[in-house]
Amino acid sequence: MIRISNAEIWDLHCHFSGVDGKTVDERIAQLMVYADRMNVDRLVFFMGWPWSTNPDPDEFRRQNDQVIQALTHWQDRAFGFAYLNPMYVKESLEEIERCIANGPLVGIKLWVSRRCRDEEIDAIIKRTAELKGVIYQHTWLKVSGNRETESTPEDLAKLASRHPDVPLICGHTGGDWERGIRAIQNHPNVSIGIGGSDPTAGFVEMAVRELGAERILYGSDIGGRSFSSQLAKVFGADIPEAAKHLILGQNLKNMMTPILKAKEIQL
Amino acid sequence: MITDVNVNLSRWPFRRLPHDDPAQLVRKLRASGITSAWAGSFDGVLHKDLASVNRRTVEDCQTFGDGLLIPVGSINPMLPAWKDDMQRCQDDHGMQIIRLNPNYHGYKLDDPVFAELLGLAVEKNFIVQIALKMEDERVHHPLMQVEMVDATPLKELVEQHPKSKILIINGMKGLPKDRLIELAKTGNVSFEISMLEAVGGVENALKLIPVETLLFGSYFPFFYIESALLKMQESELGSFRSNAIFNGNAKRLLAET
Ligand SMILES: [Zn+2]
Repeated sequence: MIRISNAEIWDLHCHFSGVDGKTVDERIAQLMVYADRMNVDRLVFFMGWPWSTNPDPDEFRRQNDQVIQALTHWQDRAFGFAYLNPMYVKESLEEIERCIANGPLVGIKLWVSRRCRDEEIDAIIKRTAELKGVIYQHTWLKVSGNRETESTPEDLAKLASRHPDVPLICGHTGGDWERGIRAIQNHPNVSIGIGGSDPTAGFVEMAVRELGAERILYGSDIGGRSFSSQLAKVFGADIPEAAKHLILGQNLKNMMTPILKAKEIQL
Repeated sequence: MITDVNVNLSRWPFRRLPHDDPAQLVRKLRASGITSAWAGSFDGVLHKDLASVNRRTVEDCQTFGDGLLIPVGSINPMLPAWKDDMQRCQDDHGMQIIRLNPNYHGYKLDDPVFAELLGLAVEKNFIVQIALKMEDERVHHPLMQVEMVDATPLKELVEQHPKSKILIINGMKGLPKDRLIELAKTGNVSFEISMLEAVGGVENALKLIPVETLLFGSYFPFFYIESALLKMQESELGSFRSNAIFNGNAKRLLAET
């Protein structure tokens, strides 16, 4: 069995999909069986089901409630980010208060309803940063064509220059990682999430070379993806052992430490 | 014992990959516990002089790895003299496996030339690897976007060729479930796990298709080889199923040729 000695593994990017449980409690329990097999210690969940690319406030509140429910039995292992829709800035800000300021969630997930280059989302970024919440922005760069409202890594670069002191995560590294890495490399406040794409060899080596291991976060995008294909990107990369430790868990732990401390969550 | 049925020599045209020279490739395969690797060539995707591609593949397999590498010949039926290539694969190189890239070579599986090729392959008793894709379509080079192969016509064709032996490679992500099930039912079509996704992918695939039809494939060195290896750990398989996938099924297929 392949394992990096003593590396603590924190998974940035998990959903309640890929298993057949009827309730969110059943599903998280099923997913933890796989996490155990793969020695994944901590998991961050966001979004409920069914998928909703442009949820109205009732819908994103309902999905965040699913996440909050899932965490109740797994406080020692699981964290959650609030799914927001920046087409509804006011309601998103209220949701940050409900779920992060006054609730158990520790970050936000922005998906595909609005491009993050739009300045209208700045209030959401600002408030989350005040609370020390982690900010995860989905990005893709599809040669076959993005959704009109789907962010690219270049969009995130624009957001990053407006908020140079706020740590941001470039979700999927844009999928087309050779372009994604280049798009954000000159923005030191941007880290990349490496999950949710094929385990193409050379990805993490290039990222370490251009960004440094400190800016790379392991995440899987389970259950649509496997832990295996995504862990392989780190386990299989020709990079120093210390870099693997950072990518697999230490970087995310460091990024989350301020909000965990603020919330008095013990590790 | 691990047989990896989806390994590639030479260079991927759009980037250098770690381990893309044969000495390094063999070293990494051995370090990963692979005891036999069915090795085709990335050159087979775009080159026209496939006779020399196949000769180089054989030479690499003889020069490196002390028998670890089993050569897989590339055939493109859109090229003149493709039957000569097939003949040479068998007569000159003693190959038992050929590989097709229908989408990159520009034909569909309902093209009569594919039926002809399949008939010839049955005569020669080849295992026929069909690569349904080489890369996620969303990240192709903008000047070279190639759609995934549509496997729909395959069922009827293999029913007409009851002795055909087909191994779908790079197919488990994107092949619709009902197609997967109907192809597995024919008894002539097998699959490998390199592009299989979702949590517990292997154990879930085995709820759809018989274990005899699933083989271990990594798509190394395009993919990190650890991906396929870890999948065998992410699923609870037991030693019977795990041995069949790792080695037994590949050995049986090869013994039938
Ligand atoms: Zn996701």
